[in-house]
Amino acid sequence: METITIDAANLHYTPLNIKIRELIRQGKKRIVLNNICGQRFIGNGIRGDDIEIVINGVPGGDLGMFMSGPTLIVHGNCDHAPGNTMDSGKIVIHGSAGDATAHSMRGGEVFVRDDIGYRGGIHMKEYHGKRPVLVVGGKAGSFIGEYMAGGLLIVLGIDRNTPVRGKGIGSGIHGGKIIIRGDVDENLLGIGAKKEPLSGEDMEDLEKYLKEYCRLFEHDFEDLSGSFYTKIIPASSRPFAGKYCWE
Amino acid sequence: MCGIISVIDRLGNSMNGEAIKKALSLMNERGSGEGAGYAVYGAYPDFADYYALHLFYDNLVEPKVAVEELLEKWGKIEHSEEIPTYSKGRMLKKHIPWRYFFKPDTSLFASSESLEEDIIISLITRINTKVNGALVYSSGKNIGVFKASGWPEEVADFYRIQDYEGYLWLAHNRYPTNTSGWWGGAHPFNLLDWSVIHNGEITSYGTNKRYLESFGYKCTMLTDTEVVAYLADLLGRRHELPPEMMVKALAPPFWDEIDEMSGKDRDIYTALRMAYGPAMMNGPFAIVVARPDYIAGFTDRIKLRPMVAAESGDRLYISSEEAAIRTMEPNLENIWMPDAGEPVIGRLRR
Amino acid sequence: MSTGATPSKYRIKVDHDQCMLCERCIDNCSYGVFRREGQKIAVDSHKCTACHRCIAMCPRDAIELEEKPNDYRSHPVWTREAREAIYKQANSGQIILSGMGNALDYPIIFDRLVLDACQVTNPSIDPLREPMELRTYLGKKPRQIVLDRTKKGDYDLKTKLSPNLMLETPVMIGHMSYGAISLNAQLSMAKAVSELGTFMGTGEGGLHKDLYPYQNHMIVQVASGRFGVDINYLERGSAIEIKIGQGAKPGIGGHLPGEKVEEDVSKTRMIPLHSDAISPAPHHDIYSIEDLAQLVRSLKEATEWKKPVFVKIAAVHNVAAIAAGIARSSADAVVIDGFRGGTGAAPRVFRDHVGIPIEAAIAAVDEKLRHQGIRNEVSLIASGGIRDSADLTKAIALGADAVYIGTAALIAMGCRVCGSCYRGLCPWGIATQRPELVSRINPDEASKNVANLIKGWTLELAELMGAAGINSLESLRGNRDRLRGYMLDEEMMKVLDVKMIGA
Repeated sequence: METITIDAANLHYTPLNIKIRELIRQGKKRIVLNNICGQRFIGNGIRGDDIEIVINGVPGGDLGMFMSGPTLIVHGNCDHAPGNTMDSGKIVIHGSAGDATAHSMRGGEVFVRDDIGYRGGIHMKEYHGKRPVLVVGGKAGSFIGEYMAGGLLIVLGIDRNTPVRGKGIGSGIHGGKIIIRGDVDENLLGIGAKKEPLSGEDMEDLEKYLKEYCRLFEHDFEDLSGSFYTKIIPASSRPFAGKYCWE
Repeated sequence: MCGIISVIDRLGNSMNGEAIKKALSLMNERGSGEGAGYAVYGAYPDFADYYALHLFYDNLVEPKVAVEELLEKWGKIEHSEEIPTYSKGRMLKKHIPWRYFFKPDTSLFASSESLEEDIIISLITRINTKVNGALVYSSGKNIGVFKASGWPEEVADFYRIQDYEGYLWLAHNRYPTNTSGWWGGAHPFNLLDWSVIHNGEITSYGTNKRYLESFGYKCTMLTDTEVVAYLADLLGRRHELPPEMMVKALAPPFWDEIDEMSGKDRDIYTALRMAYGPAMMNGPFAIVVARPDYIAGFTDRIKLRPMVAAESGDRLYISSEEAAIRTMEPNLENIWMPDAGEPVIGRLRR
Repeated sequence: MSTGATPSKYRIKVDHDQCMLCERCIDNCSYGVFRREGQKIAVDSHKCTACHRCIAMCPRDAIELEEKPNDYRSHPVWTREAREAIYKQANSGQIILSGMGNALDYPIIFDRLVLDACQVTNPSIDPLREPMELRTYLGKKPRQIVLDRTKKGDYDLKTKLSPNLMLETPVMIGHMSYGAISLNAQLSMAKAVSELGTFMGTGEGGLHKDLYPYQNHMIVQVASGRFGVDINYLERGSAIEIKIGQGAKPGIGGHLPGEKVEEDVSKTRMIPLHSDAISPAPHHDIYSIEDLAQLVRSLKEATEWKKPVFVKIAAVHNVAAIAAGIARSSADAVVIDGFRGGTGAAPRVFRDHVGIPIEAAIAAVDEKLRHQGIRNEVSLIASGGIRDSADLTKAIALGADAVYIGTAALIAMGCRVCGSCYRGLCPWGIATQRPELVSRINPDEASKNVANLIKGWTLELAELMGAAGINSLESLRGNRDRLRGYMLDEEMMKVLDVKMIGA
């Protein structure tokens, strides 16, 4: 496959995105961006299931926002909200990511090798065939899966003393599920979230993404597959139904 | 209400004030005897490098001390004198007209694009808003405005306007509604290089004024004509629009006309209207704006006020009435009534 | 329950002499007020919302509605509303939901501002005969125009213009989502704005495919729930609006109850059937002003800088400074929604008590932007309680570029402002998803009503401008000299920067 390389040193994100779009229009399938340092919005709104963009460096916020199809592979850490309102495609981060990772994500997959900041997977949703998946290898900040309306969020806590930093897990969750490696203290659950053991179906679901995580980041599958996992789901799909009365 | 007349000698030859005085008097039916004024470009050849600041003083004590203290603080007064006046009949010296030839010290001010002008504008704003009993009404280099309450010939005789000479004249005969009898309310309005005479009323004043204020102008004259001078300064000097395009921004073509234009013109006029919508002037008007290198006359977009232009040799005349022009120059080669919003521009050729 | 039943708010009476037992009232009342009992129509007034559907549909004028038939002992402090709210909460322990806009009796500033007209010193303009320009461009404007003189003696435009929306009338229809209102209601309004050369908002409910033919007149909304938002949606819209807040409920999010999320709504919003659609209070990718700039630019990058991006906020106390922050974010327009703005459902305490009126908000924002020298570079859209062409004209004279109407457009389709939108039973087919109710709106007919309303206002605006001697909307905008305050206090007039009548 032909690879096009762009040296993005000192290149502003607007001309960079124009270049990327231009290459995609020309039919290029694989683009490598070198010397990325802080450019926001890389790959925003681009389309094409067979497009792969390799990002070497530290991209700025909203990586792949509204993206529909392509795969972004980041060799470095990500800033605020990679995969924000992403539609489909894949983001693979060989490093960590900032707050609100996969915010309002609607479909596709985000794999983070290491940690994510606060409010990961907040307000992820799903519809029909579109089901967003966020897999975090390390530790996640508080309020993970807040307002979650759909999708799958997996936190593995590999080499971390605890998979989630603090409280408010799944606060206001009304759809989808969160799977966390190890047990989760009841106190850490947010309002509207409840704990359940994994069903056989959940295990299948999980294994599929564990395998993909291990493939992407060359991790030992056995190390993960034998662990105990906790599932967190909504107590109700109408978390606020009892809050109101009519005038 | 109001009558206007203007003339430029495009070769820069001087004319004295006698003829324009007569022309303005001919239009006395358009005025009410409560305000008239003249602006002459080329008035002070001996002090051509200095800003000629004309002020009305209510007395020569507190306001004058305050003004001179300010001027001396921010620059050098090269020359200072009372403007000679000759009271007669009902022409009382209600204010004492004074003039300074002044140069600001640019080293005292923070840098800006047009330093000297900006210092002068800030000094004028300060005097007109902060110093009681003093009003700067003329501030250009080699330019003099002479105005007062009275009929055109009374005001002319009060200043002996026939003794002044210049290559470009503006004159205005006032029928006031906003500020009757106030000398400061008479036209021409002047700011630095710009002078304006205006017949009509600007119904968009509130919009124009607020727009100008956001660029740092302060409207202190209590009347709508003032905004024309500031708009000309903003668009013509600070934004460097050529005069015909400045007029097209102030009195733009209608959208349906713009829609019919060819690609390039359509883009230009669309851009002008989008950027300068709040600068657009509405209501009935015929206006002449002058700068040392041109006069530009134009009316509102639907021609609610009259305007006649004429040429004789190197001289271009613009007036409310043809008869006034004929009073100045009986032998006209060319006389026409410009279309609404169409600028008539007389450029100095030298 | 120790509080007992509260008296019904309305009493419905059927005049049995007039009634011909056609049962239209029974068919039309979605709240179940009417039933047939032998040779008589019986009523349950307790269920009535005063939506007037029965009255409008009765062929014999046989139905009478009385408000507050059994009132309480009158008391200036303990009003009926105050007492009933207490009974309600004493029984439920819940938040009281309400619909439509602010229902408290605050003075309406618009009604204390009077417009100007010409006499003698300048001529009025007759818009029938003479040109009257109501065209408005919404979006970023250059601060100044740079022209280059060519060798031919004409000019080249050096300034690059940002994309703007071109409106033929400064009235747009605000964001009411599919879900909150019916598809037929949205379709009616979409047809109307397309015909008139103006725009409407999608609200946060996605863009139903039936609206695609009108997409060039639709402003797509991106709110905190991000419902229905994908790249196709963004590219279809003529502009994108980020909704931070709304006047009816500043500071809180919204939620569409699961009952309203039926098949088509779920598809358009891209959420599961019958699940609550929750829009969080803040956007969780915006916790600060620079995050807003990030979202604005992100939307622009995603749509290749081809779409204007608007930002809508509720008119809150510090609205001017917030708007100034927004104006710096690359946003093309700021939308301010005053505290009289309507809603399908809002906690009553928010609807009635949080935020400030739009008149003061327009004045404050316009002034702040002018003081910062950026007013003309960004557009200002006002909404929240615009009732007629007078409000429209005054809003523009105070400094707005255009207005959004909401409730007025719904009233044009039959809405009687009964305020029960949150029940999902709207008998006028507006705030409901029930197919049998939705079908009561015929978009071909209702669109004419909406279009007529805007046409009528547009004609009146033109007349008012002509009377004021103004023939172009730009010269009305922010022209506060053409307003006077009537019975407004001095401080209020300072905020509005208008003079007192007679001054």
